[in-house]
Amino acid sequence: MNQRHVNAVVVGAGAGGGIVAKELAAAGLSVVLLERGGWISFEQHDHDELFTRLQLAYGPDERHPRMAQTTPGQWRRVISSESGYSNNAACVGSGTVFYGAMGWRFMEQDFRMRTTYGVPENSTLDDWPISYADLEPFYEKAEREIGVSGDMTTNPFSPPRQRPYPMPAFPYNREGRMLKGAADRLGWHAFPIPMLRNSVPYRGRNACIGCRYCVGFACEINAKNGSHNTVIPAALATGNCELRINVMVSEVTVDERGRARGVHYFDGQDQAHWQPADLVVLAGGAIETARLLLNSKSPLFPNGAGNRHDWVGRNLQGHTYCGAEGHAAEETYDDVGAGATIAISDFNHGNPGVCGGAMLCNGFIVTPYSFTRVRPPGAARWGKAHKDFQRRYFKHRLEVHGPVQEIPLFESRVEVDPAVRDHWGIPVARMGGRRHPLVLEIARFIAAQAENWVREAGATDIWTRVPTGLQGAGGQHQAGTCRMGSDPTTSVTDRHGRVHEIDNLYISDGSLHVTNGGFNPALTIMALGYWVGHHIVQDWRGGRPR
Amino acid sequence: MNPALPASHRTAVTRRSALKLTMMGLAGTAVGAGGSAVFPWLAKGRPGPYRFFTDAEAELLVAICEQIIPRDDVGGATDAGVIHYIDRQVAAGMLREHAPTYRRGLEAFRLTCLAAHQAAFTELSTEAKTEVLRTIEAARADPAPWGEPAQDAFFRLVVDHTMQGFYGSPRHGGNRGYLSYRMLGLDYPQVLGRNKFRSLEP
Repeated sequence: MNQRHVNAVVVGAGAGGGIVAKELAAAGLSVVLLERGGWISFEQHDHDELFTRLQLAYGPDERHPRMAQTTPGQWRRVISSESGYSNNAACVGSGTVFYGAMGWRFMEQDFRMRTTYGVPENSTLDDWPISYADLEPFYEKAEREIGVSGDMTTNPFSPPRQRPYPMPAFPYNREGRMLKGAADRLGWHAFPIPMLRNSVPYRGRNACIGCRYCVGFACEINAKNGSHNTVIPAALATGNCELRINVMVSEVTVDERGRARGVHYFDGQDQAHWQPADLVVLAGGAIETARLLLNSKSPLFPNGAGNRHDWVGRNLQGHTYCGAEGHAAEETYDDVGAGATIAISDFNHGNPGVCGGAMLCNGFIVTPYSFTRVRPPGAARWGKAHKDFQRRYFKHRLEVHGPVQEIPLFESRVEVDPAVRDHWGIPVARMGGRRHPLVLEIARFIAAQAENWVREAGATDIWTRVPTGLQGAGGQHQAGTCRMGSDPTTSVTDRHGRVHEIDNLYISDGSLHVTNGGFNPALTIMALGYWVGHHIVQDWRGGRPR
Repeated sequence: MNPALPASHRTAVTRRSALKLTMMGLAGTAVGAGGSAVFPWLAKGRPGPYRFFTDAEAELLVAICEQIIPRDDVGGATDAGVIHYIDRQVAAGMLREHAPTYRRGLEAFRLTCLAAHQAAFTELSTEAKTEVLRTIEAARADPAPWGEPAQDAFFRLVVDHTMQGFYGSPRHGGNRGYLSYRMLGLDYPQVLGRNKFRSLEP
């Protein structure tokens, strides 16, 4: 069925897509926002740990398989609840509905990794085509429009900012206070984690009440900020944006003159539709956006839209998490959520002999079933020992960890599987490759700092967590598969997120990241959403962009 | 309480299953009177209070789960009703894909135990039970009765499901009376913050 022509069609209603849709709709463009999932509400799962951990609570459902690498050259079919899937939620707001909601800015060095560290062997480490200063006003816009609580006055490594956070920081919880004293003694510079969560009532939404169930759950009282409760309602309120849920986009059509004409999609009843538009914005996340481009073949782009130089799907990155934890004689648990309150940025950069690093922070509350997986290597998983561990550690665990910035590799990539198709017959994504060996070196260094921190804070019986192997690119915080750059032969989009050679096709999600920072990437994806949206509007000349 | 049930079962009978037992009793009468059309599923005459497991399977699984989370000064897997969580979820819930695994795994487990000890698992001492489980966990038992699932994989699955039943929401059949939350000293429902909360939103 042919849909009415609109100015813009945006594919994916997560962090990046929701923001672009709102920016365009507010500028007067007619917008259709397409989302493969539905609306999720708190009432659907309550605070039910098993539902959120075991069910495909936020999607995508079984109709969306992928191929995960088992050994190099071998893949197995997985669905979103299985390991190796590298999931992003399929719902309006995507991960912003139930994330932990850390609202980090990347640092200045994170945008010029090659200049800072050189190019490690075999890697595609590079600088971004934009600087922190370019993105700073858009970080600020994200902090204000979506809503961030924070205070960087005690963090000397914080990148420069024009204005303070719109909401005061959250106080440290009990574990945070113990870690604050330890950081002071170590000469480190602790500060409260910036959170996309309301410390005070903000823009008509409630202040957080500190409940136990935050990461992994939709907020009971709407105090956690995502695109689903900020920009998407704002986009709809303009009257210029129509949101269609439970639809699956199969292809972007690119004509013989190299212009995107619109997208083909299937609705919730599997009926095929054609949505023509003056411009197309892809915001499906680093895996689905790459998959969609690769599946959009045309005479001009026989290997997929924007893929003339084989860079679509390359440089798949995530974060390599590492950390340390132990037992504190004093109770660390105060039942005040979300739990993660304190961080240091002392080891993001400037580590001798190490390329990059990570921030370190304490963790979110681990609910009782998930806590059964909190164990040192080799610990008994059952019997009285299990029960004793739960009782001894549940309220006495002292833990910090950090997301190590990965070093991109050309061989780590998203492809489309030659044989396996999804429910609609669309070739599925398959992920392959590995992590750069240097990443393990960085992780060991960061884990050693984590160990120092928890020991100084009073932990005993400490163990560290460092990945043992290099397998599996992607995982959490997938990024990098359609990197922005100034050279069309070594990147997929220009510095504004516009796909090279296709003037009216844009990308607005983590795919654009040249590198992925040593921080949770949500606020950077949001800032890029404002950045890309701003440039689309600036270039808009009514009917077609410049 | 139905005295016909083995002792290990009696502690595992919930009000719900007791009700079902009562209905079974009634059904016996009804079937005899040709009334099976009222409760057609009862006419099949499947014994026991369980939705998926046979009585014998359940008796074995209860004994395994009780070793995984044993009773000490607070209750264990049996007291928390873990068997009812697994039974409900395997029959028609979140774990239904594992139904064939349980059927085959419990049978292989039974044969393993008989071969090694010439006795049923439920009749062994605690020490002997632990030894059997350690052997299977380490995949050191005679592999002959085990095809798919492998013995160690099956054991890991049962451990994980036991944890789910012990720590998950009671709405799924286990964690009776929030037993595990009481063990950990966690309020349920949460009170914190709610007593002072006034929503801005209508």
